[in-house]
Amino acid sequence: MIALVLRRLLQSVVVMLAVALIGFTLFRYVGDPVAQMVGQETSLEERAALRDELGLNDSVVVQFARYVGDIAQARFGISYAIDRPVAELIAERLPATLELSLVAALYALLVGIPMGVYTALHPARLLSKAFLAVSLVGISLPTFFIGILLILVFGVWLGLLPTFGRGEVVDLGWWSTGLLTASGWKSILMPAFTLGMFQLTLIMRLVRSEMLEVLRTDYIKFARARGLSDRAVNFGHALKNTLVPVITVTGLQLGSIIAFAIITETVFQWPGMGLLFLQAIQFADIPVMASYLVLIALFFVAINLAVDILYHVVDPRLRIDRGTGAGQGR
Amino acid sequence: MTAIARFRQAAARVRDHDLWHDFTASKIAVGAAAVTAAIVLAALFAPWITPQNPFDPAELDLLDAFTPPVWAEGGDWRFVLGTDDQGRDLYSAMLYGARISLLVGFASVLLAASIGVTLGLVAGYAGGAVDAAIMRVADVQISFPAILVALLIDGVLRGILPRDRHDELALYVLVFAIGASGWVQFARTVRGSTLVEKNKEYVQAARVIGVGSGAIMLRHILPNAMGPVLVIATIGLAVAILTEATLSFLGVGVPPTEPSLGTLIDIGQDFLFSGEWWIVVFPGVLLAALILAVNLLGDWLRDAFNPKLRGGVAR
Repeated sequence: MIALVLRRLLQSVVVMLAVALIGFTLFRYVGDPVAQMVGQETSLEERAALRDELGLNDSVVVQFARYVGDIAQARFGISYAIDRPVAELIAERLPATLELSLVAALYALLVGIPMGVYTALHPARLLSKAFLAVSLVGISLPTFFIGILLILVFGVWLGLLPTFGRGEVVDLGWWSTGLLTASGWKSILMPAFTLGMFQLTLIMRLVRSEMLEVLRTDYIKFARARGLSDRAVNFGHALKNTLVPVITVTGLQLGSIIAFAIITETVFQWPGMGLLFLQAIQFADIPVMASYLVLIALFFVAINLAVDILYHVVDPRLRIDRGTGAGQGR
Repeated sequence: MTAIARFRQAAARVRDHDLWHDFTASKIAVGAAAVTAAIVLAALFAPWITPQNPFDPAELDLLDAFTPPVWAEGGDWRFVLGTDDQGRDLYSAMLYGARISLLVGFASVLLAASIGVTLGLVAGYAGGAVDAAIMRVADVQISFPAILVALLIDGVLRGILPRDRHDELALYVLVFAIGASGWVQFARTVRGSTLVEKNKEYVQAARVIGVGSGAIMLRHILPNAMGPVLVIATIGLAVAILTEATLSFLGVGVPPTEPSLGTLIDIGQDFLFSGEWWIVVFPGVLLAALILAVNLLGDWLRDAFNPKLRGGVAR
């Protein structure tokens, strides 16, 4: 177990270094950092001095090591477009994205699991078929189009829900939350629904297929033969055993949710990291792009690591050769 | 043998094939194929079946802007589905837009398949360090969603290319970004098939009579690994069209002068609040129908080729 954790930890560090290398390459070689920092009238000597001062004349290895050291201390550089430290920008935007992602994930879980259980237990019923049809449409409708339709119906035609922004936020010092005000909750409904839609269908289909598989196993037959009630069999035995892969996939999907928040945040003008990243791409604002990349990679790697370890804790049958294959179905 | 007889023979072979039976037996597959074919054909023949060329400013009249669809009040039979802010006929713009969406979709899948199949063949056939290196890169890339990778590639190219050059090359940039973000599935599958095939007798026989590695990979292994590639390519097409639409919607895809379906939706979003809903809804419905049809086709193809091969769905 410890060997496994160490090995996965080492792999994670290697991945992070690779991502940092990409970030560093962007930072250093896409455009000229000095030209971005100074105005037209700066003389060549001043530029050379600045070059020296920034350490751009050191060897590449030294520069890379310095970059890694910098990002390890959350010193992400200065945005070209807004002229403020990137770390500050991200810290401002992080709570909005994380809140949206968490609410979306919870919604996907709390709605998706019961829908999956229902369709597995009553495959022939009309409602099950409706769920499956809806899930197919949900997968094929582009995320941004779902968001736009919601805005059109609930925002423009019915005028029930706000169509942009986070509503009123409460500042908790290091964290600003919209989940403590009524307008904050109203604002998060449509974005969270949009963002969670795909995960919901994924979870529903996963629960359904796992459950159908478990219901065919011998121990379910024995449980029924022992005369246990349907409820005890379905929920105590069957559902419990389907939840392991569900937890894994949801965990891994959390990373995707944060990444896909880029689209949802654009549709609803949600002031999160995704919107920041998109603006950075449009302005070729390399420091913001590189930092977002490193940060998202950190999320992904941390979640992957946690899920992998959790998987082995929960299910002792799994050994290392299957462990890496988990959750890579997509 | 005459050409007609040869054609008859080929048609009979198709009719007798398992896949054809599977296909005609599945209403969903036939429906999906019909919808896909209809959209592809309409896009292909757009210049002949649309009343105007929406890319030609000379044909547009700003006075026609914001005409609603015919059945709504103020509708005009010249513009069945209404017009956008430039006075573009929406029906024409949608078909021309679908052209660009399909073009980018097909081109990026072709690129992704070329990269993926090549790397998968090499990784599977060579094994060892080459295999390990290629598959580690694939592992890292697949843990990030394709859209993020495509966005990043686009952003980097934006930083490297000067602004006007970028607009000129926007379509190529887009194809490259989407194609490069989608090669992993191809590589993994082809590598898997290659690992199985390379130990079979026919490959050993080819090696014994002195066929070169390249020829063995291309002429002997590849044809036996093509089934799954076709499945992934179909589902990949849905993903690519969706990714293109998303990038264009986000404003980093094709330039607004030659709008794809995603760009049309992006343009239409600005007029949502002033009541011009048709600009956004019709292109969106066409896009969703196209993606749904291709997805269903891919699903069916996957089940037909190999019921055990269960995998991801397009996002």
